[in-house]
Amino acid sequence: MSIERVLHRALAKGGEFAEIFAEDRRQTAAVLDDRRVEDLSSGADRGAGIRVVAGETTGYAYTSDLSERGLLEAAEAASAIASEGKGGTRIVHVGNSNLQGGSIEELLEAAGDLSPRRSSPRDPQGSAMRMLPETVSKADKVNLLLRADDAARSAGGAIAQVTISYADSHRRIVVANSDGLVSGDDQVRTRFIVSCVAIGDSGMQTGYDTAGKTVGFELFNEVDVEDVAGNAARIALAKLDARPAPTGVVPVVIKAGSGGILFHEACGHGLEADHILKNSSVYTNKIGERVASSLVTLVDDGGFGDEWGSYAIDDEGHPAQRNVLIAEGVLTDYMWDFLRARKEGRTSSGNGRRQSYRHLPMVRMTNTFLLNGEDDEEAIIEEIPFGVYVAKLGGGQVDTASGDFVFGMSEAYLIERGKVGGTLRDANLIGNGPEVLQRIDAVAGDFAMTQGTCGKDGQSVPVGCGQPTLRISGITIGGTANA
Amino acid sequence: MLDREITGEQAEGLSAIVSKVISWSKDGEEVEAYASKSEETEIRVHNGEIESYTVATDAGVGIRVVKGHRQGFAYAGSLEEKAIASALAEARDNADFASEDPAVGLADPDGVLPVELNLWDSALESYPRNEKISMALSTEERLRNGDKRIREVPSVDYADLSTSSAIASTRGITASTSRTRCYLSAVALAGEESDTQTGFGISTASSPVGLDQDKVIEDALSRAIRMLGAKKPRSARTTVVFDPRVTQAFLSVLSSALSGDSVAKGRSFLAHRVGEQVGSNLLTLVEDPTDERAYGSSPYDAEGLASRRHVLIMEGVLLGFLHDSTSARRMGTTSTASAVRGGFATPPGVGCRALRLEPGGGASAERALDPTELLIKVGDGIYVQSVTGMHSGVNPISGDFSVGIEGLSIRGGELGDPVREATVASTMQRMLGSVVAIGSDIEWLPGIAAGQSLALADMSLSGL
Repeated sequence: MSIERVLHRALAKGGEFAEIFAEDRRQTAAVLDDRRVEDLSSGADRGAGIRVVAGETTGYAYTSDLSERGLLEAAEAASAIASEGKGGTRIVHVGNSNLQGGSIEELLEAAGDLSPRRSSPRDPQGSAMRMLPETVSKADKVNLLLRADDAARSAGGAIAQVTISYADSHRRIVVANSDGLVSGDDQVRTRFIVSCVAIGDSGMQTGYDTAGKTVGFELFNEVDVEDVAGNAARIALAKLDARPAPTGVVPVVIKAGSGGILFHEACGHGLEADHILKNSSVYTNKIGERVASSLVTLVDDGGFGDEWGSYAIDDEGHPAQRNVLIAEGVLTDYMWDFLRARKEGRTSSGNGRRQSYRHLPMVRMTNTFLLNGEDDEEAIIEEIPFGVYVAKLGGGQVDTASGDFVFGMSEAYLIERGKVGGTLRDANLIGNGPEVLQRIDAVAGDFAMTQGTCGKDGQSVPVGCGQPTLRISGITIGGTANA
Repeated sequence: MLDREITGEQAEGLSAIVSKVISWSKDGEEVEAYASKSEETEIRVHNGEIESYTVATDAGVGIRVVKGHRQGFAYAGSLEEKAIASALAEARDNADFASEDPAVGLADPDGVLPVELNLWDSALESYPRNEKISMALSTEERLRNGDKRIREVPSVDYADLSTSSAIASTRGITASTSRTRCYLSAVALAGEESDTQTGFGISTASSPVGLDQDKVIEDALSRAIRMLGAKKPRSARTTVVFDPRVTQAFLSVLSSALSGDSVAKGRSFLAHRVGEQVGSNLLTLVEDPTDERAYGSSPYDAEGLASRRHVLIMEGVLLGFLHDSTSARRMGTTSTASAVRGGFATPPGVGCRALRLEPGGGASAERALDPTELLIKVGDGIYVQSVTGMHSGVNPISGDFSVGIEGLSIRGGELGDPVREATVASTMQRMLGSVVAIGSDIEWLPGIAAGQSLALADMSLSGL
């Protein structure tokens, strides 16, 4: 069959491992801005990347030509790194015999049939009735935008501008490698984003809210677009009389949900095995050590329901799995992809991901979250004489080597004498991962998830983040007011 | 007709493709097709070996269809006729679902002739693969041996890219261009006991011949080492000096407030302020994509109009905004040829390509200071080597600005002890007005703006 021939060609000049990653992606996006449906765009993209590993070296080539000729050319290009000729020829057998004779294009069409999701009890998508985006009319998608625009604008006369975007993606992948693996997955994601601008005496303020899951159009059976829009508008309006955030070190309470980004930055990236193996993480050689307060149990789980970072297999064909990274404050494991796991003589943890067939896979988070604790979310605030309550976080960034990280707050309030008071203007918070994790001194039981896009080394992938309401006893807040 | 000598055969092939798409247009619709093709090599080395070697070609077409003031867009990640035809059909269909908007439409040729730019460097094509690999390997080796405090060199990357693109529309636009780019970059970790600090160096050029390996090594090395022993500073109000790379990031965020689209839709803090003093009289801000030293320079914008130079802020006075054809129509003006796109898969929008602070502020050239003079002028403050959280703590609509920083204290006009885990904050409105000095040390960094030192008074430093 064609796959075997391509893998054979990829290893013809040597090398220990070869892989074909084929992808077909269809996307639709619709944007409403300034009261008009501005852009409806759609795209189709398919191609394959061929990877050859020889010793410490990986060769990679990709092509949008999925014919056998195109794939063989890419295989040859990827094999150039192994031209030192250590390997000799090798015959490759892949998968089960049912796949004999199938072209990559045929396999892609039926990628869902290759997915372990089919037989998995933890099936994130198969159980629910899926409404594939291509079966939903564009008019229905556009209608969501109009409904959300009305809802945002009716939240208050000070709402001056509203942008709403709807995006869906239907991605089919097939992975086959020289270890004999053939696997596939059919991944559907849908996301809805509302951004509002409110104008007041002190200038403009912004609010945004999002909803997104690894599901089709049925997302809108559980998500009310009016709620998303209303929430975005409410935040922008509330910030109109926001004061500058304080400076210096203050106690901070982070509301359940978007605070998951804290863990994503404070330790998530630092627990990716590529950083560990290059000695560029502050968490290197810390397995078994206490790295966080005992209230912290942190999990990364690519099979966590139909959350934004979920999938049945990663982009190397490894099934998603639940990985406990920190158990009651003690570091238990890192996250692994195929290449880094192979170096260490272990198996991948299902964290090998790539943005598209144009990219090499690397270690990435999926859905990363803190488990519930037992504190009361209101009592956590009442104990604070002066501090900050963050209801919504924006993005963040980390230097994994030093552990210093920032995350932005996009909806925050001052806490004075145990009460949540006035709104604060946007600012970043900055801390050192290992220090901040030790300072988590209260964790509530009101777990919630949110979605984001994680960028690393030029590649973006969808990720989920989650946590219950929690408190950090002290962290530096980057405002302009004297604390 | 606008194909020039510098454009290769590839661009001509793309021109033929986009012309063909235009010929498929039906009565009552306008069509614009943009096609691009690129070839790329990426080499990463680690521990004296090639960690990864990637070669790729990538091509695709993006199509806009406008019918009765409604726009639809679709793309295909392929140059196959069948895929392109179905993208055209999709774009056509998408247009039916957009709102009618009199501002929507394609660009009209405006007769401005393109400046001839020398962006295609044939030295890239003939540069041997093995020498690219040895350049990366020797960079790593020299870095590892550069100082005993260098603990690890996690990555040294060499990459080159040659891209061609062509655009055509039923309004008579035809343009094509080709360019080459390459870069060498390195990350170094310096360490002493439990302290680890990161340094980054990068050099870009149109071919490997122009890369400055010494600079990459020196930057990665010195930036990591000088941060060793960094402490969290006390909170204070202070003057801040941005490193050229930080200024570049700041200008990139500021650019969205200068976009005619943001202005037209009430999303810029600079709206309604044309003709007013919006910044210090030291501040002159220019967008010049015809300057071929700029990373984002190009003879045409993303709608096929010839690029041109614009002074956006002159000695503190806001002169105007940037427009593509749609934002221009919305505001009753003409395009400034400032349409950009992220590749064939995105429709054009307004953006900057080559922002820079005019050293010294327009006519007063004596005000440009070299970095040493600039520090002396500042006296005491904080030198910001790098920032984090530009996307999470800076809001170009409200103007709120808050970023994580690391850098060095400035004492008596000289760089002093390193500081880390702190933030600097202000508002962008206030920052424009508090420019103390602009450096003459312009660096043509990858991105939409050049870098140069910039001193700003009265920033809030938050630490202990």
